[in-house]
Amino acid sequence: MTRESLTLDRVKPGDTLPELAVDVDVTAVVLGAMASRDWRPMHHDKDFAVERNGTRHIFVNTPHNAAYFERYITDWTGPRGRLGRIRFRMKDSVFPGDRMVFHGEVTEVAKDETGCGWVDLALKLTVGEKTTTECTARVALPVAVDDNPWQRRGERWRP
Amino acid sequence: MSDLPEEVRSWIGQKRYELEGEFDVERGYVFTSCASVQNGNPLFWDEKVANELTDGFIAPPSMISVWFRPHYWAPDRKEQAQPLQVHFDLKQRLALPEAVMTDNTIVFREPVRPGDRLRTHQVLRSVSEEKTTKLGTGRFWVIDVEYENQRGESVGTESYTGFGYRRQA
Repeated sequence: MTRESLTLDRVKPGDTLPELAVDVDVTAVVLGAMASRDWRPMHHDKDFAVERNGTRHIFVNTPHNAAYFERYITDWTGPRGRLGRIRFRMKDSVFPGDRMVFHGEVTEVAKDETGCGWVDLALKLTVGEKTTTECTARVALPVAVDDNPWQRRGERWRP
Repeated sequence: MSDLPEEVRSWIGQKRYELEGEFDVERGYVFTSCASVQNGNPLFWDEKVANELTDGFIAPPSMISVWFRPHYWAPDRKEQAQPLQVHFDLKQRLALPEAVMTDNTIVFREPVRPGDRLRTHQVLRSVSEEKTTKLGTGRFWVIDVEYENQRGESVGTESYTGFGYRRQA
């Protein structure tokens, strides 16, 4: 990841984020579940996932999904980008053997009353032709090279 | 929601399951989470960058729910504690053996830092009428989880939509 950070003036509605492709294997699914302290068997026990959940394999859990989207967004913004809000709808599961592809587009660029620069994003995760997760996110970007959204607190941070 | 059991109806809007995380926020889990998605953001790996931008290391915001999830086993624990206990209460009380999460919104406030000890509580916001989807017949519900640090500052709010269901015969 670059240590450079995007600034608000370099972003406009309609801009697209570079796609990110990730091949998922069993280890990745289990690692994501363990990292999020999710011990439920459908994220590490294929027999349980198939027989109890009716899915074809173990699958990526919700916090792991969120972590992938965070990585995708901050790969684009650089470290000064500060997530304010993220919303995602998991429409289908991601299984070992799948190739996930993340896509994103800027939908709005604005400053709030405190002068904080915000970018709204429409994101999605696809596997083949299928969209498995739809996501929207609101991320703060510096409004100048010497601005740092991470320094905002209290009333100056309105995600 | 006319057919909703009175007990479940009484849970709506109530602050439940206030608890403190079992351990301090620590970088070992940060590394594991970053490894699980190959997140190379220097805020989590490079002390110089972290000091400059965030006054020291922070945890990835998306890890907010990790810090209070109980471990798989602990001495003297009689029952397996569950994260999102309200979700499991609903499954049990409504006799819906299977469930999935369909929608998740997280609002991030104060950064979470190594050494923090988070507190949380859960609030059931709504339960739907019975609906049938491709998974089976059941109900959707919305649960908010509020998080704060040891100084009483909000670090975020997570809102989950779950679907509890019975598989079709």
